[in-house]
Amino acid sequence: VSWRAGSLPPVMCAGDQSLFTSLYTSLAQQLPKEPMEWRRSYGRAPKMIHLEANFVQFKEELLPKDGNRALLTFPFLHIYWTDCCDTEMYKASVKDDMLRWQSTLRLDGSVDWLIVVVESEAKKKNKTNILPRTSIVDKIRNDFCNKQSDRCVVLSDPLKESSRSQDSWSSFLTKLRTLLLMSFTKNLGRFEDDMRTLREKRTEPGWSFCDYFMVQEELAFVFEMLQQFEDALVQYDELDALFTQYVLNFGAGDGANWLGSFCAPVKRWSGLLLRRPIDMEKRELIQRGEASLLDLRSYLFSRQCTLLIFLQRPWEVTQRALELLHNCVQELRLLEVSVVQGALDCWVFLSCLEVLHRIEGCCDRAQLEANCSHTVGLWTYATEKLKSLGYLCGLVAEKGPTSEDLNRTVDLLAGLGEERPETVNSLQSPYKKLNEALSSVEAFEKHYLELSHAAMEMYRAIGRMRSSRLIGKSLAEFYMKKGDPERAECFLDDSLRSYVAEGWSLQVTHTRKQMAECQKLLQQTEDYLQTSALLAGDANLTEEERKHFYQVILTFASQPPAPSDQTVALSMAAFAQLRQMQFSPPGAVVHVGAALQLELRVRCLMPVAVQVEQLAATLHFSLEQGGARGRAGGTQRRTGQEPQGQGDGVVLFPQGSSLAGAGMGASLPPALELYEMQDRSPSDSSLNSTGVVCKNMHLLLRRHDSSASLDTPTAGALPRSSVTLSLLVGLSFSLPPLSTLSVGRVQFVQSHIYPVVQYEVYSQEPQLTIEPLSDNLLAGIPQKVKFTIATGHYNVKKGDALQLSNTDSMPILHSSCCSATILSSTGERVGERALSVQSSEKVTSISLPPTPPYHTLEFQLEVLCHIPPTPFKPDIERLTNGEVRHRPKSHSQADSGMIHIDQKVSIDCPWSIYSTLISLTFYVPFKAKHSILSAGKRKYIQVCLQNVSDTNFQLADPVLTERQPTIPTVCSQQSVFCLWEMRWAKHLPLCLQCAFSASFAPVSASDAHTAFKPYRYEFQLDRTLYSLKAEILPSSGDQHCRTGALCGLEVSITRQAEPSETEGEEEESTEIEGLRTTKLMYEVVDNSSNWAVCGKSSGVVSMPVAASATHRVQMEVMPLFAGHLPFPNIKVFKYLPHSAVPAIQPDTDSCLENDTMSLLDKGLDDQGDTASIRSRGSIHSVGSGEQQRGLPMPRLEPFSPGQVFYWSQGRQVLVLPVTDDHVMEVNVT
Amino acid sequence: MHQVRLQIKGSDEARYSYSIDVQISAVLQYWSKPKNYPLFIRSVPVQNELKFHYTVHTSLDVVEEKISAVGKAMADQRELYLGLLYPTEDYKVYGYVTNSKVKFVIVVDSSNTSLRDNEIRSMFRKLHNSFTDVMCNPFYNPGDTIQSKAFDSIVSAMMVQAS
Repeated sequence: VSWRAGSLPPVMCAGDQSLFTSLYTSLAQQLPKEPMEWRRSYGRAPKMIHLEANFVQFKEELLPKDGNRALLTFPFLHIYWTDCCDTEMYKASVKDDMLRWQSTLRLDGSVDWLIVVVESEAKKKNKTNILPRTSIVDKIRNDFCNKQSDRCVVLSDPLKESSRSQDSWSSFLTKLRTLLLMSFTKNLGRFEDDMRTLREKRTEPGWSFCDYFMVQEELAFVFEMLQQFEDALVQYDELDALFTQYVLNFGAGDGANWLGSFCAPVKRWSGLLLRRPIDMEKRELIQRGEASLLDLRSYLFSRQCTLLIFLQRPWEVTQRALELLHNCVQELRLLEVSVVQGALDCWVFLSCLEVLHRIEGCCDRAQLEANCSHTVGLWTYATEKLKSLGYLCGLVAEKGPTSEDLNRTVDLLAGLGEERPETVNSLQSPYKKLNEALSSVEAFEKHYLELSHAAMEMYRAIGRMRSSRLIGKSLAEFYMKKGDPERAECFLDDSLRSYVAEGWSLQVTHTRKQMAECQKLLQQTEDYLQTSALLAGDANLTEEERKHFYQVILTFASQPPAPSDQTVALSMAAFAQLRQMQFSPPGAVVHVGAALQLELRVRCLMPVAVQVEQLAATLHFSLEQGGARGRAGGTQRRTGQEPQGQGDGVVLFPQGSSLAGAGMGASLPPALELYEMQDRSPSDSSLNSTGVVCKNMHLLLRRHDSSASLDTPTAGALPRSSVTLSLLVGLSFSLPPLSTLSVGRVQFVQSHIYPVVQYEVYSQEPQLTIEPLSDNLLAGIPQKVKFTIATGHYNVKKGDALQLSNTDSMPILHSSCCSATILSSTGERVGERALSVQSSEKVTSISLPPTPPYHTLEFQLEVLCHIPPTPFKPDIERLTNGEVRHRPKSHSQADSGMIHIDQKVSIDCPWSIYSTLISLTFYVPFKAKHSILSAGKRKYIQVCLQNVSDTNFQLADPVLTERQPTIPTVCSQQSVFCLWEMRWAKHLPLCLQCAFSASFAPVSASDAHTAFKPYRYEFQLDRTLYSLKAEILPSSGDQHCRTGALCGLEVSITRQAEPSETEGEEEESTEIEGLRTTKLMYEVVDNSSNWAVCGKSSGVVSMPVAASATHRVQMEVMPLFAGHLPFPNIKVFKYLPHSAVPAIQPDTDSCLENDTMSLLDKGLDDQGDTASIRSRGSIHSVGSGEQQRGLPMPRLEPFSPGQVFYWSQGRQVLVLPVTDDHVMEVNVT
Repeated sequence: MHQVRLQIKGSDEARYSYSIDVQISAVLQYWSKPKNYPLFIRSVPVQNELKFHYTVHTSLDVVEEKISAVGKAMADQRELYLGLLYPTEDYKVYGYVTNSKVKFVIVVDSSNTSLRDNEIRSMFRKLHNSFTDVMCNPFYNPGDTIQSKAFDSIVSAMMVQAS
């Protein structure tokens, strides 16, 4: 059976051959033009197919022999052609011929046949005695198609261009297609059934996969013949799967006998052959059951490849090819087929290239480039295989191949066999490539590099950088083997970087080892040492390896340095890790000159103990003007923990994951460290802005590909012990940006320490503070104040003294024993020294004990502040007949009402040429008030002494009279009242200056020894000048006042005192007709709206200046309510005519001015003009102040308290309601 | 599960990967913080560990390719299981990516035929669940290498079962 690609299903034609030949061309053309729907069994989806057929002449010997169901040559349809139109002729020959044909077919079992009767007008015309044309057809139908009348068709004038001819053609073709399809369906269905039956027998002993393969492949061929490539591919895929399953089962111990032939040792490894549609060579091997596994796989794949390319799916080819190659290698392993070493590599290499060539052959360049991702796998695989072949055949070794290698190469090349005829003439065949590559070291290098670079390029193009680097790494290995470390270095470096960046520790270790080797060869001492250090600390390596690399460092370190050589600085990260730093004192804040201890905890990553010769740190210092961190004021609040903020002065450094190995620790990118930042305005601490600050930006944003150069700390290297530095004011140190460990010539440098560690050095000016021991200093009693001297940078020498300038009001009392305490900067008590205080007239000198800098000197002194006589201000609260006037007091504390005295002390300090002025505030513990209680002419004085301090006092000797009351105790916040009666002696002045004095001492100072301190209170007393009596008289004829009824108000003003000489000046009086009179103004005001004053309510009277002179005034008032009503208020003022001292407005709280304006106008009789002047003045005052100043103005002046006695103060009068009060109407003007 | 997803989703950069070899009972898991940093890696036995690591690392190329091939809009409905990443002669490499871009990689020896797609898929699902548990641990700092015993035992169990 031979079948070639492009074959078509055969259709056998019998009958008139010349007739058929004339129609053949158009028939072959017309048949595929129209598609037909192919309905198929087993639920497969119907398809539209274009039928084609190979029309062959009917020959009996071509008919399939009995039982041979080969589909390929199976005639799907038999056609008998005739153009007979003559009954005679039909009867004579044609019918017999047809009968013979039919019987042959029947013998063969073919039931798919068709008789075509071709009619032509030309023929008809020639024959005159023709029957009606239908008769021939009818006859044939009658004779042959007893029930299948459609088996006979008429084709009219096929060679003519007429519509009739076309119609007949199309109906003929439709029939032909239908019959062909029917035949396909029937025959294929039968074939498939047979095939399935065969497959079901696969468990039976005699079953052979190769036989079954042939059967199913035939089906595939038929599908391919019918252009059904998809279906054809399915057949091969099924075969593939079946075979794979057998191999797997074999692996699982369930072997099939037939599989034995595939387990034969592999003798040929010539690779895939994809250039032929069908590899007949291999197919025959399979047919004969002699194929090896590789043969079968190769053949199967070549068929699949062909079909896939027909289907225009080239990228599936590459994908399947890779799978196939991997699979084959696995299967050979699984079946334990013996293969010459390297043979499979050859096969895979050749196959990869063959597939790539095949794909290149059917795609254009752009397509290929766009689909790198599909081909790159094959390129890589080929590269790998070539590489392993190279290693195998000794082509990579520096010395070149040995004879053994050469023998092996010859064996391998022998297995390739002869080059196939298809590629003999091509220059670039895979066969030639492999041959050439294995022929010499140089050729191998050329081909290997070519392939590697191609694969790398492709990977890079599709963004698979890791894969690209992996190839680069194997290239580096190749270069290293070739003894070319220069070229290897960049590849290694590239991969190492990527592994480090992505944190893959094993790869890092492995690549680093290669790198170390490379650097060693390149004599890059520093890099080599660095890599060695990293490797020595790498936990992924064995102990021996680590020790080896450690030894490398030690060896170098112990070499005597060449004169030109400097020490080598390496990164410390590989060598040791800084784990912890501890400051002592913990705050890491020290003053200038103090010692700061820094304890470092370093973890050595080396496999063995290391003797470190030197440890040095470099400091970076920055000047902070704001002073110490603590004093800077929280403009920046940090939410994250501050290293120093931990309280114990310990700074821990973050560790890289210890599992991943020490080398990894350094490579981990640091995490973001974010802090909250708040910017507050300095004045009211309101929030201006807030934000997030990244503190380790410099680490995150720096370029990762450029390695930072390591600076060896040169200046400022510190001795191993504690750090001693003398520095200036307000420095804070970040410590240390660089720290170094040295071993011999090798230095390990840590370029950055993170988190930033810093300590602060500060310098302080000496400072003197004086503060009271208690909360408040009280005036009048001796109290202790504390002097505190922070020495700062000043060293208090012997003989240094504080000079206090004395003031009279505050003497410094020196007690006998006075000692000073010296405290160290941390608050520890250092010692106690005596203190000598010497006082001269002006200066008190305190000689200080010697004190070292940054210490605190404390001592206490007793001071006393004298209470100045009160009131030092005239306005003190007074009580006069229950009338209270409040005045604001500027000097009293708002809360306690204590009066305070600021006492300034000027001190000369030895460290400064300037005097220090210190203010102490003393509080006066007492407040005194007095009130005069008058009863007619009799007067009582009450003095109230209030203790406003928190201390209890004893009071002694309150002096105003001869009488001495018992010593009272004035408790805190309490008052003592003293009462005296006054009798006026003759010729006493109207006004009397009085003084109250008492002695006091704190109660707490219990013993009698307590020194009483004087307290003085001065005040002024006035005699009663006038008495005022008011009387309310009901309207005439009535016994009581009634609401709404006018009542008379009689006010009588009586002069009480004789005038005196001194008085004259005080009281404004006028001489009228030899009688001295003084003018008073009275006024009736009812603030409580009980009364309506009718008529005039005020007026001016002239009082004679004589005792018992009385003046009566009548007025009318009307009660507005019933009940006991208090009398309306009556006020009296001094009335000073305009001749008096220029205008001072009358006392502020006289409210009469505006209220009574109209009344004044009306009510004043003889002094009417004065009132009008006043009135005018008032009006003027609204208009212009200037004029008012210029005008002579009368004015009112109130009497001092106690000068007027109000008889009727507090009196009430009964008012009865009117009977018909509900209609009362009151008009008040 | 939901909780974890929310936690990581913000950081698209957070990527993990994970891989298992089975025939030799090796389980590797990786994650990446800045990029493809290994979170957990395990392979049994260890003699070929280095090769596994190289394989897993290289496979991340394909994982990334597959992730980016899926449109952003489709990311939510994306199938987490990426299937066979690529075959090599010795191993089959399978990938799985969570919605938070945590990558799991399982490497299976090619000769292991008992593990089909479905088994691999369920292994990934188990891993994912277990990983979610790890993430739920308040003491676990997302991004650290996984040192959870529970996770470890699940991985071990899977490897024993698979081999």
